[in-house]
Amino acid sequence: MSAIVSFRHVSCRLGGRDILQDLTLEVQAGETLVLLGRSGSGKTTILKLINRLLAPSEGQVLVEGRATTGWDPIRLRRRIGYVIQEGGLFPHFTVADNVGLIPRLEGWAPDRIEQRVRVLLDDVGLPHREFGARYPRELSGGQRQRVGVARALAAEPDLLLFDEPFGALDPITRMELQQQFLALRREFQKTAVFVTHDVREALLIGTRIGLLSHGRLRLLESPPDFLRSQDVEARAFLACLDHSRAGTA
Amino acid sequence: MTQDIVRLTLEHLVLVSITMAIAAGLAIPTGIVATRYDRFRRSVVAATNVLQTIPSLAMFGFLIPLPFLPLGKETAVVALVLYALLPILQNTLAGILGVDRAVRESALAMGMTGGQLLWLVELPLASRMIVTGLRIATVITIGTATIAAAIGAGGLGVFIFRGIATVDNAQLLAGAVPAAIMALIADRGLSWIERRWLPG
Repeated sequence: MSAIVSFRHVSCRLGGRDILQDLTLEVQAGETLVLLGRSGSGKTTILKLINRLLAPSEGQVLVEGRATTGWDPIRLRRRIGYVIQEGGLFPHFTVADNVGLIPRLEGWAPDRIEQRVRVLLDDVGLPHREFGARYPRELSGGQRQRVGVARALAAEPDLLLFDEPFGALDPITRMELQQQFLALRREFQKTAVFVTHDVREALLIGTRIGLLSHGRLRLLESPPDFLRSQDVEARAFLACLDHSRAGTA
Repeated sequence: MTQDIVRLTLEHLVLVSITMAIAAGLAIPTGIVATRYDRFRRSVVAATNVLQTIPSLAMFGFLIPLPFLPLGKETAVVALVLYALLPILQNTLAGILGVDRAVRESALAMGMTGGQLLWLVELPLASRMIVTGLRIATVITIGTATIAAAIGAGGLGVFIFRGIATVDNAQLLAGAVPAAIMALIADRGLSWIERRWLPG
């Protein structure tokens, strides 16, 4: 396996505050690396460093072997799909226009865009005929999130970034979308970095889990090893899991 | 009399149209630039706020002695433009700065350029607010333009000043009623555009 993304001793300071400190990490092709941590632990900063919405204060972030500061930021971002909470959809565009936006900006032929939008909407369970002409306000939270995923996949990126995409959804919709995420991963074989504060979600979808605390990477393990970890912060997260099981028992 | 009403109404309309074209041409681009630079935004909002506090008749008075402005329409247009700037500028700012942070961030993260972000996302989403600013400014300008007759700019204010001088209600109404109708039409028309055509 080769590294799609590498962090080499990366620190990030914002407004005089250390958001991320001395992070060294590699994201391998085809894996789903889940970044788990409490609010403010630096998870989202890592995503923004990958697509150069932020630049490192120290160290280097490499995407496909090249430092992000050496990439044209527009080209870099168009190669990376990005999904945020509620999808970040454009409210004045229809579902089809939202999904087809990057291909349109990239100058794809209209026929190819339409075909791509149709396939992707079908893939995420929102048939084009029924949903293509709707506006985001006419969709449920879960449907908006599906459109967000379709949009991120539209320009066929090799790397996908997910910033707590299912955080605002009810538990049932959340579980459905997690299952769909796994199905899409099997189908598209994309590399993904997935931010969450839900340990159950991390264990379900991650091929590796990186645990962050106060801007530092504390742990980087496969889900089975994470479950066995004696790290205090990892145990604190796993206790939530035990607690919710006890609650349902 | 009817001929005079038509002539002065057209004069008024021209005065308001020229004012609004210049004010929009200045305030909207300034507002867009001001959303990008905090310090510039603070200065420009403060300056337009101060302009708004100057009583309109005094503003016309201040502009009369300026050597490069001939008395009449030109001076009136300058004063009216200065008044119309604030609502357009403030609504442009509020419209663009009010775009959901998540929407702006996802546009940048998807690889939109600054220009694409502005034209494809920010301006369409701010368009309602901007048109509201234009509507408010137009209604204010139609009213304030009646005072411009005091410095020889013509328009419906001619009837109003004549009516005050001769204590003639018919003259007063000949100026006030068409101005009020013009303001109502502008208000309703622009409201309709906001509701019917612009993303809400």
